[in-house]
Amino acid sequence: MTNRFIDLLAKSRAENSPIMVDGGMGTMLFAAGLMFGDPPEMWNALPDKQDKVRGVYRGYLEAGSQIILTNTFGGTSFRLKMHNLQDRTFELNRLGVAMAREEADKFGPDRVVAGSIGPSGELFEPMGKLTYESAVEGFARQAEGIAAGGADVFWIETMSDLQEVRAAVEGARKAAPHLPIVATMTFDTKGFTMMGVSPSQAVHELSALNLAAMGANCGNGPDELEATICAMHQTDPNVILVAKGNAGMPQLVDGRATYNATPEHMLEHARRFRAFGATIIGACCGSTPAHIKAMTEALRTLPPLDPSTVELTVPLPERKVASSDKRARRERRG
Amino acid sequence: MDFSDLPDDELWLQMQDDLYDGMKEEVTAETEEALKRGYSPTEVLEKGLVAGMDIVGVDFRDGVLFVPEVLMAANSMKSGMEILRPLLTETGAPRVGKVVIGTVKGDIHDIGKNLVAMMLEGAGFEVINLGVNVDADKFLAAIREHKPDIIGMSALLTTTMPYMKVVNQALIDERLREEVYVMAGGAPVSEAFSMAVGADAYGRDAATSVEIAKAYMESMRKQPK
Ligand code: B12
Repeated sequence: MTNRFIDLLAKSRAENSPIMVDGGMGTMLFAAGLMFGDPPEMWNALPDKQDKVRGVYRGYLEAGSQIILTNTFGGTSFRLKMHNLQDRTFELNRLGVAMAREEADKFGPDRVVAGSIGPSGELFEPMGKLTYESAVEGFARQAEGIAAGGADVFWIETMSDLQEVRAAVEGARKAAPHLPIVATMTFDTKGFTMMGVSPSQAVHELSALNLAAMGANCGNGPDELEATICAMHQTDPNVILVAKGNAGMPQLVDGRATYNATPEHMLEHARRFRAFGATIIGACCGSTPAHIKAMTEALRTLPPLDPSTVELTVPLPERKVASSDKRARRERRG
Repeated sequence: MDFSDLPDDELWLQMQDDLYDGMKEEVTAETEEALKRGYSPTEVLEKGLVAGMDIVGVDFRDGVLFVPEVLMAANSMKSGMEILRPLLTETGAPRVGKVVIGTVKGDIHDIGKNLVAMMLEGAGFEVINLGVNVDADKFLAAIREHKPDIIGMSALLTTTMPYMKVVNQALIDERLREEVYVMAGGAPVSEAFSMAVGADAYGRDAATSVEIAKAYMESMRKQPK
């Protein structure tokens, strides 16, 4: 059976060309009137809001995204439970994907729909209450809806815990064993994930999961993301890397988060992500179709940067040692 | 688990280390040992638990520790706190004041809020912790039920911070705003933001928050509303 995403990867490899993915979804929906604290996935089922979701999809497809991510990021049963919507997990995910499928198909047979799967928002034992088995089940419920909506690929994103990635991959495979899987993590804590995973550790551990691609998304703006991608590429130059960073850092203006990177900034970063080893390039929170359009055009028309001349603006992530004297403490315990 | 052979000053260090390393059983035993030696619950809290958590805070800020370690440390602090809580209530003269605290709707970050809650308890406040994802109705219901002096709202996401304003407005609409002192906190929250959402005070960290809460109660004692 052919798969559009696998075909796209093959074409990119043959032509040595980057692949454009989309930009932020959540921040676009907030701009379209979504209220803070409300679940974006609910809009997939509200007749007067569905067109706003479709509008975001269309915006990115028009801007040049070859892959669009669905409005299902918070669609695990865990996340939906916060809004008492857990019983509608399948439906909300299926609807979000089905709309993306329809919009993508209007733009041609090669546009890819990626079913977004975000973190559960829960912590695993012993830190929290989540067990591995229940996490797999929760992700499987969401993945069933995503597969039923007609996605080409599962897109696990914004993860900080490797255990959770494994559970999401297992859940997705349970729901639809034939679909390829992409997983990206968020390195937003001094170059590590919140849980302390380094980019190179992520490459090592995710490589065991038979993924179609892996990488980094969200985080603290494009400069840090470049260092993350660089570290991942150095760890294994053969993995297909995704770079999908925020449009700068959020600043609060009138109580609303606004992001400071313009399309012009992001265009330059798109070329740099490519030079540092990324194949699949897009953006995350705070970006708009205008950012993606500028990035697409830059990658299509400007000559590639020479990797040997491109320099990082932030250092590669490095483990820090405690200021408190650990050895003395261990000795005391004996 | 026996810590009876450790001199006092080493017991405190050991307690801080074990808290740092998230060793719950050890912290529990050390809390009991320190009490057995005649230290007051407040002293045990300050010299053992809070001092240990301070080191965790610094190393977390510096990128030495990450979330798993901080959570395990917070869990050990909690187990020590469970022993101290009833004693603090007994020995502490009348309660300093009553606080209802929660993380606002859409947000599930609770490490910082729980620290503030524990430190307030340590300082003699009665704390009603509403947990996470708390909407305005829940805050209102808790205020009606418990009649607190202070309500505390926590938010860690730029997407949930503005909800503090919704809660504040609900307090105004329900004519409860005059009844309570509103404190706001959470990493992305600032003094200016707290004022913009209509709060009375901003708590930068747990220690400052306790100071502010105490100062407010003090001012109320002198000049009741
Ligand atoms: C731990 C953590 C988590 C844990 C939470 C576990 C838990 N039980 O709390 C988990 C993994 C579940 C998590 C999930 C998410 N997180 Co998170 N998380 C963090 C992290 C790493 C630390 C927060 C923390 O506990 N700090 C330590 C405590 C002690 O500090 P504190 O909370 O600031 O509290 C102190 C003061 O602020 C104050 N205070 C706090 N509350 C109150 C209340 C009152 C009344 C007062 C007076 C004072 C006060 O006193 C406290 C003690 O000193 C931060 C990054 C960071 N380094 O800050 C990201 C961060 C907050 N998370 C972030 C994000 C994006 C998320 C997710 C959306 C990820 C995702 N894409 O799914 C989800 C959100 C789910 C949800 N709906 O809430 C972003 C927020 C970005 C933004 N600008 O909005 C951050 C900043 C990371 C980042 N750089 O991108 N997260």
